[in-house]
Amino acid sequence: MRLDLLPRARRSPWLDLLAPALAFLAAVLIGGIAVAILGVPPGQAFLTYFVAPLSEVWSLQEVALKAAPLALIATGLAFCYRANLWNIGAEGQYVAGGLAGGWVAVAAHGSQGPTVWILPAMLLAGTLAGIAYAMIPALLRVRLGVSEILTSLMLVYVAQLLLDYMVRGPLRDPQGYNFPQSVSFEDAARLPLLMEGESLHAGVLISGLAIALAALVLARTLFGFEVRAVGASPRAARFAGFSDARLTLAVFAISGGAAGLAGICEVAGRIGQLQPEISPGYGFTAIIVAFLGRLSPPGILLAALVIALTTIGGEGAQIDLKLPLDLTRAFQGLLLGLVLGADVLTRYHVRIVPGGAGAKVTP
Amino acid sequence: MAAASAAPAPRGGPTPLFGAYGIVKRFGAFTANDGVDLEIRAGEIHALLGENGAGKSTLMKILYGLLEPTEGVVTHQGDIVRLANPEAARALGIGMVFQLFSLCENLTVAENIALVMPAALTGRALAERIARLGADYGLHLDPARPVWSLSAGERQRIEIVRCLLQNPKLVILDEPTSVLTPGEAEALFAVLERLRDEGRALLYISHRLDEVRRLCTRATILRGGRVVGTCDPRAESARSLAAMMVGTGVSGVRPKSVGGSRGERLVLDRLTLPAPGLHGTPLRDIALRVAGGEILGIAGIAGNGQAELFDALSGESRAPAAGAVRLDGRAAGHLGINARRRLGAAFVPEERNGHAAVPPMSLSENALLSRHATAPLTRFGLLRLGAARALARRLIDAFDVRGAGPDPAAGTLSGGNLQKFVVGREILAEPGILVINQPTWGVDAAAAARIRQAVLDLAGRGSAVVVISQDLDELFEIADSIAVLHAGALSRPVPTGATSRAALGLLMGGVGEPETQTGEPPAAPAIRTAAPVL
Repeated sequence: MRLDLLPRARRSPWLDLLAPALAFLAAVLIGGIAVAILGVPPGQAFLTYFVAPLSEVWSLQEVALKAAPLALIATGLAFCYRANLWNIGAEGQYVAGGLAGGWVAVAAHGSQGPTVWILPAMLLAGTLAGIAYAMIPALLRVRLGVSEILTSLMLVYVAQLLLDYMVRGPLRDPQGYNFPQSVSFEDAARLPLLMEGESLHAGVLISGLAIALAALVLARTLFGFEVRAVGASPRAARFAGFSDARLTLAVFAISGGAAGLAGICEVAGRIGQLQPEISPGYGFTAIIVAFLGRLSPPGILLAALVIALTTIGGEGAQIDLKLPLDLTRAFQGLLLGLVLGADVLTRYHVRIVPGGAGAKVTP
Repeated sequence: MAAASAAPAPRGGPTPLFGAYGIVKRFGAFTANDGVDLEIRAGEIHALLGENGAGKSTLMKILYGLLEPTEGVVTHQGDIVRLANPEAARALGIGMVFQLFSLCENLTVAENIALVMPAALTGRALAERIARLGADYGLHLDPARPVWSLSAGERQRIEIVRCLLQNPKLVILDEPTSVLTPGEAEALFAVLERLRDEGRALLYISHRLDEVRRLCTRATILRGGRVVGTCDPRAESARSLAAMMVGTGVSGVRPKSVGGSRGERLVLDRLTLPAPGLHGTPLRDIALRVAGGEILGIAGIAGNGQAELFDALSGESRAPAAGAVRLDGRAAGHLGINARRRLGAAFVPEERNGHAAVPPMSLSENALLSRHATAPLTRFGLLRLGAARALARRLIDAFDVRGAGPDPAAGTLSGGNLQKFVVGREILAEPGILVINQPTWGVDAAAAARIRQAVLDLAGRGSAVVVISQDLDELFEIADSIAVLHAGALSRPVPTGATSRAALGLLMGGVGEPETQTGEPPAAPAIRTAAPVL
């Protein structure tokens, strides 16, 4: 017996919308079974995971604060992945952005005179550092043909160790009792809060604007057309006169810049200083978010909210229901697998071919 | 089973070897076959004729068990049979030679054949059988050669041998000569006639009406999924067959009105390029000149540098010297494809899907693909989607492109319709220079005539046109002069009226005048050399 995937002649737009919803439903059902086996009533777990985070102001803000960097990084990555380029190192570009922007804040600490320039300079430095850091794998690929998958991934650890060195060495707070962290940033170096006394800060707005801009670029500009054409058909893209090398550099710059911006927004927003760990793995989770959102900015936004929701819900479940954190991770992986699987089924229909395999020639 | 009574009585003559009666195949709302009847008798070569989209492929796939009919029956010697898959078809003695070869490039001939054979038959025994078949039928193959090193004709021999090893009663051939030289086609015809004389049935699908008239004794003609007639093609003319296929009288192309010639518009001056890859062909010292109003045909067997020459002309690969390519007098060898387009050139590559067009993108986006640099389709880097849609609509109207909905994805169009779109996209730009590779490959007669006419009309308006084609009939129909590309070298162009298929066939095979094209290339379209008459 063998399974053949036959392309569907036409794709129903309804099916395209319905498929991820059904995949989510299936993931919830499977997750419910796992929860039941762990001895927790599935209904209660569902409430803790998916409803409780949406029921209070503080947890809603947490969801938004977690979703913002995920969506921003994933949107940048979507440009790469659409063009069949595999930047796996957004985590490193995020760290580079946070470090460079934080450095500006440390350098400006305690300086006299006007301070309005500090925050824009930090955001700019973070973005540029993310771009520069992404240029390393991009240039290696363009000039020497080195696989960008390996180099971008390995550079993550370089960036993390560099940050670790900097906060233990040159950027350490002299009055910090030798703790590996920088000074706490002044207010002028912090992203302003959107509501007094709450945790939501302006980084969420920056992410939202960047994602809207990315959606516009992808759908409505010649550059976006170029990215889509290269991904769908590289030969046809060359026929259109689009250059591989230029595009490689451009999409790496976009994804690196987005990750760097996310990094400095987190440092200037929630954290407020440099420390050895500035990311709970946003750069890697964003890869899942990008594919969960099918590489389209609106989809990514939705996927980022779902992942943020399950993460916050997972923390609640850990506390209230003593369910392990691994369950949350497993659920996120399950969701990705099911969404991608559902995507295949919307594009192909499966034909079961009985009989022997292999010795068959089909056109 | 009471099959024989269920099948309609055969009309005239003995029970056919294979019959298909009342075949209906629906794909959703689309009916590809609508009550098709077909009878194939032992010892005949039966032609299946029809335009692209007429339902030939669907019927063929039903007979080979790749598709199951929605309604209707297939019979074998009067008994109803169910062909659930190709294994079932092969068990009944149905073999198939595909148009696009299903071979693994990196395996040898013997390995490719062993892939579809019972596991027991391998190694020496298989090689012996291949050799025996080869000797019997004149299908010579070296079992140890890797497939990538073989010509299209040799690859087709593998497909035929693969099919014959199963000793089929019916062989289905899908456009078997589309990739062959005239000489290779002759050899194929000899094999087919031999198979017929052995009492096998052959179902021959082709667009080439002269071949059908020569080989086949009966033809079934499909149009729009229905049988519109059966006939003896020997008693018909190519034109009357074509008329049955398309339903209206097909006129030959009108000769172009000779517009004011504008002197040399496209010049290649000793263009030499290394092979682009392992299996590529280097271009050797190529020189050509095409004047305004002239159509230069470039004949040759696939794989002799056509793709490389096209890329060098289009700018997808750049020449080492800027002066090696001149467009309207300007050195362009160093320029990319869009810079050449801005100089007034346009290009139609051979491969529609994935080179000339992006299959999942809509036609309006595909209009952008080659026109974004030369047409007002962007403003400050923003796409003007309305303008792109308007352009696509104009193209669709001007070239009668038929597809589902107002702006369908390119990949959903039939080959002929997509080719009309792709050719129309370039011709509507009114290029001063047009380079077109295999303009009508795998395209039905009506679409092909329309495309050729559009190319002729463009030349009539003063453009210089290069047509790279393996179809000699096409070149004789539209080209003013013909040169032959062989092993990356180009022969001198010869006026179409002063050469013959035989002479070109020899050049295509690498014999004929020695390829020493040094010094000044001949000024087209003046006659410099007499054709080697053979």
